[in-house]
This record gives sequence, structure tokens and C-alpha cells, in this order.
Amino acid sequence: MSDLAQPLPMAETSMKVSPVRISERHVAGALILTLCAVLVLIIALPLWALLSKSLEDTQGKFVGFANFVSYATTPSLFYSLLNSLLVACVTTAIVVPLAFLYAYALRRSCIPAKGVFYAAAMIPVFAPSLLSGLALIYLFGNQGILKSMMMGASLYGPVGIIAAEVLYCFPHAMLILVTALALSDGRLREAADAMGTTRRRIFRTITLPGARYGVISATFVVFTLVITDFGIPKVIGGQFSVLATDAYRQVVGQQNFPMGAVVGIILLVPAVLAFFVDRVVQRRQSAMLSARAVPYVPRPERRRDLALLGFVSLSALAIVGPYAIAFWGSFVKYWPYNLSLTLGNYDFSTVEPDGWGPYRNSLLLASLTAVIGTALIFTGAYLIEKVKLFPRLRAFAQFLAMLPMAVPGLVLGLGYVFFYNAGWNPLGFLYGTLAILVINTVAHFYTVGHITALTSLKQLDGEFESVSASLKVPFWSTFRRVTAPICLPAILDIAVYVFVNALTTVSAVIFLYGADTKLASIAIVHMDEAGAMASAAGMASVIMVTAIAVKLLHVGLDQLVFGRLQQWRQR
Amino acid sequence: MSTSTTPHTPFLSIRNLAKNFGAFRALHDIDLDIHRGEFVCFLGPSGCGKTTLLRAVAGLDQQDSGTIHMGGRDVSHASPSERDFGIVFQSYALFPNLTVADNVGYGLVNRRRSRDEIARRVNELLTLVGLPDQGKKYPVQLSGGQQQRVALARALATSPELLLLDEPLSALDAKVRERLRDEMRSLQQRLGVTTIMVTHDQEEALAMADRIVVMRDGAVEQVGSPEEIYRRPATPFVADFVGHMTFMDAIVTGPGKVRVDELDLVVANAAPFAVGTPVRLAMRPEEVRTRGIGADTPNRFEATIGDLAFLGSFCRAHLEPTGSRATRIAADFSTNAMRDLGIIPGQVRAVAFPPEALHVFAGDGR
Repeated sequence: MSDLAQPLPMAETSMKVSPVRISERHVAGALILTLCAVLVLIIALPLWALLSKSLEDTQGKFVGFANFVSYATTPSLFYSLLNSLLVACVTTAIVVPLAFLYAYALRRSCIPAKGVFYAAAMIPVFAPSLLSGLALIYLFGNQGILKSMMMGASLYGPVGIIAAEVLYCFPHAMLILVTALALSDGRLREAADAMGTTRRRIFRTITLPGARYGVISATFVVFTLVITDFGIPKVIGGQFSVLATDAYRQVVGQQNFPMGAVVGIILLVPAVLAFFVDRVVQRRQSAMLSARAVPYVPRPERRRDLALLGFVSLSALAIVGPYAIAFWGSFVKYWPYNLSLTLGNYDFSTVEPDGWGPYRNSLLLASLTAVIGTALIFTGAYLIEKVKLFPRLRAFAQFLAMLPMAVPGLVLGLGYVFFYNAGWNPLGFLYGTLAILVINTVAHFYTVGHITALTSLKQLDGEFESVSASLKVPFWSTFRRVTAPICLPAILDIAVYVFVNALTTVSAVIFLYGADTKLASIAIVHMDEAGAMASAAGMASVIMVTAIAVKLLHVGLDQLVFGRLQQWRQR
Repeated sequence: MSTSTTPHTPFLSIRNLAKNFGAFRALHDIDLDIHRGEFVCFLGPSGCGKTTLLRAVAGLDQQDSGTIHMGGRDVSHASPSERDFGIVFQSYALFPNLTVADNVGYGLVNRRRSRDEIARRVNELLTLVGLPDQGKKYPVQLSGGQQQRVALARALATSPELLLLDEPLSALDAKVRERLRDEMRSLQQRLGVTTIMVTHDQEEALAMADRIVVMRDGAVEQVGSPEEIYRRPATPFVADFVGHMTFMDAIVTGPGKVRVDELDLVVANAAPFAVGTPVRLAMRPEEVRTRGIGADTPNRFEATIGDLAFLGSFCRAHLEPTGSRATRIAADFSTNAMRDLGIIPGQVRAVAFPPEALHVFAGDGR
């Protein structure tokens, strides 16, 4: 260190502490309290309303478990439960092995064009779930071009539902399994090879156990997705009723709120179960891989790679194909008799009074949700993770933030109906407005964003806040100048995730939209009900294209952020 | 040594401080005074409470009970921003998205200072820590030692009365660590800023501190100058933790006399132990004498040289006193002595324990 002849004047009074104007403690307390209040309002109270509604009769009198008893003793309702279980079990049994093999090919083999195959499998994420149902109808429905392949069997019912759900759930299972297979210690493989272990035995003793938790997690996620999905059974289920369509019929059709609540609670069971299994699995999985593990790098093996390439190509075709057909079908004049192309189906005003209005509503909803939701989610995660005051309140907020993961959209939507539509609720004016759709969508997708934010905040040095406090810089300045800029990539991730999901979701919002706030995904359901399948496919395609465009924009932006705007990341 | 310039009231005064994490007693019965301008080290093994104590002084972790006065002001319940200190963490916690200059000026920006003033002060500080032209770089572009200096400059920027250092050197290579150790010490002396450093490295504490606070299991074991701590350890723990020490079980046989196995020894520091009391005798390896031993040298005995470990500038030998198989005594011989005296394993030599180098502790103490 250089030699200054004179020591620095240490007690330079003007440099000294300016009195702290507003106490940081108070600000932090107020913010955390506000966060708790918001989460209670958008998550806890609607769920409570659902629970209490299930214990009341239609007049609002407390009747204990009478609704549950009458549910179990009404054959038509009870059969829906069995139907749902059947569909969910079969779909899970098909999707998880297929997705495992697909993920295995992407992670553990040397097939070419992995990026393309990965992207192909992700397509269903960017479309409303019912587009896969529409696509299958184009192929195998009454007017389907491949109807002969059904050999007289009807698509409308369990067969169609299962096929469409397989398409829709595939990327969700694959994502989990790709992550699970990425976590593997290459040295285990090397040790096994050195001992001359056969490949079959390596697969059985190393690969499978290593991905065990991923498989469990994927199983529960797919099961829950299927059992709570509303769009596909609505479009392709025909007379085959399941829990989700029952809930819709009870509430929207028959205005039987208590019975709707009962169905909602039944739907809650597998989701809550899946949630806890996932928590346990996550903890085990992170413990499995030591920090010194060496990632596995696959080596080419001609026969295996060719076989897997064949499988992956067929799968990718089976996924992209139907969506492409539906996209094409939306431009066709009169499927399948007149296949000449037209833009007529995109003149939605012939089947939808508001024309393109629902699409504009969806865009507005998605944008508002992305902006408001991301701000709330990231700030909330910051308060929970980094502000060290009021530990009890923060733990409570953390609990509420994790809750939506265990609540299917349909159930949350029902809760919103019961809570915000109740006569006594002063917030009732929100019902039917765009505001309630935004609030509901933020709550619906809160947890995934929250976890993303927490993960990225946990990577920051835990002492930033301490250093700021020692320099008498309030925490909100550090949040603005340091924390948020560093977490920008995660913030973008959250925003895009929320945007895409807000665009494609049907299940929660179908109970909540009003005359002026009908969303594109709901318009699709209505067009399909009215028999305007081409327009329904058209609207769904527009959503899909929008979602994919936003995702591509995100990828580009991410590169810009990492490259140009965040020079400090490079040495 | 700044203890000679002690003003009457201490700058920092800690009384009866205690803190628990659940059932774990992280700190208890801490009483400590630190004087203006002093460089104090909290030294101890991991888990001894030294970092907890530092964070309590900073207000980052509130104590459960007890008081802290800083500059005559009761800050026991003040938040960190209401106390006056700068801090350097082991990780440095530099803001990676801000330049070096912005990092150093971070605490100056919201104090209504003009841009020029801040820039001048930042320059001054960077010059002070020997990084005058590095202001435009980002932390990731600096070496570990340079990052440490930036963290130090940032902590000093607001001219705090107290500088807290939480293991500031332990993330660095041995060579850099040694150099920065000296630089930090001379900087501290020039600025005269009261400094507390937490470390588990006894060598670092001995080299840098005016006073060392040795801690163990959440309590203060001994407070003293480096020399006191090394030469007159108050407990076997301090003796063992600071430097190397051979312990021997012994019996008091008279005033200033003890017996280890068959060896009768004279000790200078006559401890208040009754005849027949079992005690623990301790001795530093470098105090074992083997040159210039005459017939009248006290505590002289014959020992076999056991195995020898070559440690660079000296060799550590294990001695087995003749007629006593149970006791093994570590002895350091300089490389010079090794050569001059031709010490080799298996040899029997006369050695001696200087009475003033023998420490006597209670037999049950550990």
C-alpha cells in the first residue's frame, strides 16, 4: 500500500452519519406485512372459502360432510372420479417411460441436433392444452384424415383424452427427467467401466437409481396435470365426464357451488400429495450429488445412438405433427373435403361477437401479469430471503408463496369464485374485471417464479446487506443498485414464464372472466362448443405463435443482457 | 504498543454478553474492553464464538443479553446502520456489478456529497490501499489480494471509528496473505483506527495484534498481548492452541518441584499446588535445550532421540527420557544445531528443561 505522508483525517465531521430519516426496520416491517397481507388475500382466503363452501349447503348453512357423502353416493359423480383416475393412471404410465427415454437420449447419448429435439418436445408448453385435443380431432376425429386408423373406435372419450394428455404432458415430464439425468457423477460410470460392468447392469445399478427421484417427481407431476386438466376433456371427452368437467358443470352449469367445492377438494388431494413428494424428492436429490462430482460426458456408441435417434425422431414427429396439422387446419376452407387455404377462419367475428377482442384481452392480461407478477414475486422473494427482520412473518410469507404449487388452477379458480363472489366481500367489485384475472393468474403461477427468484438470490453473497448496513446505505438502495441488476436474468425468466402461462391458461380463469374480459383461451372453448373448430384452432395457433415468439425474444434478450449489458460477468 | 497510550475510558466496552442459537450457547459471560486505536484479534477454533461476537459488535446478530457501549454510547440495541463501523468479510462481498470505484464510493453516494468530492475521496482511498489506477475495473477482473484491498478501502471510505475484519485473509494464498498482513498492520497503525479482526490463524494473530482475545466454547479464555499469550498461557487450551506444546502428567513433590515418571524437575513459576497434587506440565518444543549443558544445569537428563521430522528451518524430534517409556517430548532443533551436534535418530543425549519454560496447570484442566 502506498505511503501517504499524512494519515487521512479520520474524523472528517461532514463525512459522518447523517441521521437515518426513516427507520429501515419500520420500512422492512411494513413491506413484509404488506406482502403477507397480499398473499393472504390472493391465496389463503380463496382456498379457505373453497374449504368452507364444501361444508355448506346451497343456502350457506353448515352441513358438515354431507356434501361429500352425497357426492360419493351419486353414481354419475362418482364415476367421474373413477374416470379421472383411469385417464390419469394410463397417461402417466405412457408418458413417463417415453419421456425418460427421450431425456436419456438428450442427456446420455451422442445423437445429433439435440437442441432441435429439445425445442420440438417443448412445443406443447406454448399452446393451450386443448390445442392438442383439437389437433387429434383433425387427425382421428369424425372428419379426421386418418380416421380409418381408429378402426371404428371413437376418439371422443378416454382414448382421445389420453392421447391428447400424453402430448400435453410430455414436455413437463421430459423437463424434470432431463434435469434428473443431468445430475449424475461421471466417475461412477468410469468406475463401473473399469470393473468391466455390462451396459445393462450399468443402466440398472447406476443410471436408474440416479434418476429415481426424477422419475417419482415426473410421475406425480403428470398424474396431477392430467387429473386437474380441464381443456382437453372439454374438447375431446364427449360424454365421458371427469372431475374437472364436473366441477365446471356444477358451478357454471348448475350453480351448485357446494358440490363444485367438493370436486375442487377432491382435485386438491393428488396435487397436495404431489407437492409433498416433490419436496422430499428435491431434498434427497440435492444430497445425492457431492460438490466434487464430475459431470458425465457421453461417448459415441453407434448402435445405441442410432436406435435412440430413431426413437427421438419418431417422438418429435408425433409431437410436432399434430400441432402442425392443427395449424394447417386453421387455414383450411372445409376440413377435410376442401383443403384449399383461406384466412377466413381468422375472421373471428363470425363466431365470436368480440372478434379479435379475446386475443387482445389475453395479451393485456399476460403483459400485466408479467409486469405486476414479476415485481411482486421478486420483491417478495427478496424480502423473505434477504431481510433478516421479523423471522415469523417471513416464514409465514414463505409458506403462502409455496402454496399455489399444490393448488391446481381449477381449484384456485373455484376458490376465487367463492371468495370474491361472496355477498359480504367488499372486494366483490373486482369480480368479472380484468383485475381479478390478473390477480388470479399471478397467484396461480406464483410458486415457480418464487423458486426461481429464491434460487438466484441465494447465489448472491449473503453479506451484501451487512456491508450496506455498515455503510449506512438503506436496503432498498442496495436492492435497486446491486441485487436487482445482478438477478436480471432470473427476473426475465420469471416474467416470460408468467407471460406464457397467462396466455395459455384456461382452468382458473374460466370461472372468473366477465363480458368484456373474455380471454383467447376461453374463446377457443366457446368456438369449439359452437362447432367452429377451424377458428378455435386458429385462435389457439395465434396464442402458440405469440408464446413462441416471446420465448425466442427472451432467448435473444438473455444473450444481450449477458453479453453487452452485464460486462462485469466477464473477466 | 497501544496499551501504553490507553485513555481512561475504553472505546468499546462489552459487558455480560450472551447469545444462544437454540440450545447451543454461542456466547456467554463476555466482558471485554477495547481501547481507541487498538488492534485486537479474536482468536479461536471454529465454533468458538469469535465471529458471533464480531457480528454482535456490528449489530448484525443481536445478543440475547448484555450490553455494548461504543464511544461512550449505549448501542446494545442499535441496528447496524446506527453504529459506526466499517467491515471486511472473508468473501469481501464486493458488489460484482459495480466498478471498483463505485464499490469504494458506495457508502458516500447518499451523503449529499458532490460527484467531484466523492471521486476525490475514492482516489485517495484507492491510493491508500495501493490500487490507484484500478477504479474502472470490475471486481471479477482483480486478483484475490486486490479484491481484499478494495473491500478494505470501501470499509474505510466513510471514516468509521471502528474497523471490523472477519477472517479477511483466509481466502488468500500463503504468500499474498503474509504480505497483506504486514500492509494491513502498518495501514492500521498509520490511520490509528480501532480494529477488531477475527481469525483462526494463531500466527496471523501473533503477527498483527496489539492484544489477542483467545476464545473457546463461547467464552473468553485469555486476553493479553501476543507475547503474554505465547509465553504465559493462562490455560492448557491457550497453551495448546497458540503454538506447539508438549503436555506431561506430573505430581507436585515440593515447593517449585514436580515429578514426571522418574524425572524430578524444578519449575520457576511456582504454582499454588499442594504437595501430592496431580498437575499437567507443559513445555514448548523450541525450549528444550541440548547445547551447553553442564553438570549443574537444572532439569538435566538423558534422552533417546526418536523419529525426526524435517520441517525446513528446523527439525522436530521426539525424545524418550531414559528410564521412562511412557513420556515422549517434542523438541525443535535448528538446522544449525542438527549439523553442529550431529543429531541422528537413536542417539542418547543430555537435554534440559529450563525451569522458567515449564508451565504448570491443574491436573484436571484441559
